[in-house]
Amino acid sequence: MEHHLLKYLREEILPTTHCPGCGCGQVLNAFVNAIDTLRIDPRGIISVTGIGCSSWIPSPYFKGDTLHTTHGRAIAFATGVKVIRPDSNVVVIAGDGDLAGIGGNHLIHAARRNVGLTVYLVNNYIYGMTGGQVSPTTPFGVVTSTTPYTNAEYPLKIAELVAAAGANYVARWTTYHIRKLIASMEEALQTKGFAFIEIVSQCPVAYGRRVGLRDGVAFMEYFKENSVSVRKSKTMSEEELEGKIVVGRLARRERVEFTESLRKIIEEQRTGTGA
Amino acid sequence: MIIIDERYCKGCSICIHFCPGKALEVSKEVNSRGFYAPKVVDQAECTSCKQCELYCPDFAIFIVEDAESADG
Repeated sequence: MEHHLLKYLREEILPTTHCPGCGCGQVLNAFVNAIDTLRIDPRGIISVTGIGCSSWIPSPYFKGDTLHTTHGRAIAFATGVKVIRPDSNVVVIAGDGDLAGIGGNHLIHAARRNVGLTVYLVNNYIYGMTGGQVSPTTPFGVVTSTTPYTNAEYPLKIAELVAAAGANYVARWTTYHIRKLIASMEEALQTKGFAFIEIVSQCPVAYGRRVGLRDGVAFMEYFKENSVSVRKSKTMSEEELEGKIVVGRLARRERVEFTESLRKIIEEQRTGTGA
Repeated sequence: MIIIDERYCKGCSICIHFCPGKALEVSKEVNSRGFYAPKVVDQAECTSCKQCELYCPDFAIFIVEDAESADG
């Protein structure tokens, strides 16, 4: 007897390349669960990834078209795909180093333009694949391989940044909140315009072993204890929210999607009815 | 009913830890990849909440509804 979701995966290359207890596999699980619930044909999904552990979530395991691009450029490639194929479901799954670090500007401007992409940013606080270097989302004061005397930088609140940039849908969940995450992924897939979910995920190997969270279980317990809902966070001061993970939906708007506006302008210019 | 697909298990024990019914435990023998996969202690403890299935990073554990409960 086989797992009912294996039909969405390339079975011949399973298990995934991720370390034991890694949250990337849970994100893949949640993603195919969302697709299964919505009954979306995986052949209509084009997933775009960058470089890093999280980019291995859809590529090569997900049975759909996949673009595995250069470091940080997943959103730039995805924008191109969406403009040419506006009817397809373009999904970007990449990590914090990829989308918040090197590709940070692409992310901000895709959110500002409100390009119809579904972006799942898997935030594991670290550049995991390359050996645990500090990333823009690494918490203050922790030890990584490039900050051996603790990190002097403050982390970027990436979901809040994307919400401020004007995305139509923004949420943050952790791998512990798996059912909420699946429901949120479904909402994001159905959103017209830029939909973004920051998925706080565990890296027990490159990050966890230096901060005392040595396995997936310890990490998920940490997420459970340190998560605060959006509603509750509004009653808390900035000092109280230090080190907490604010989970929930952060933004929802109904702005017109980028490719729709673009096509309208092109059509107006063709027919001579535009400005 | 809990089904474990040992081929894919990497022994992270997330399913065992988060099972609310204590239906699982760590196996004493390694699987084909050298990991300690979970083992079902008691199928009767399973309430089909699917916590293990949803949390599994490797699609190695899943729940199949019993024929009896499907009829009822």
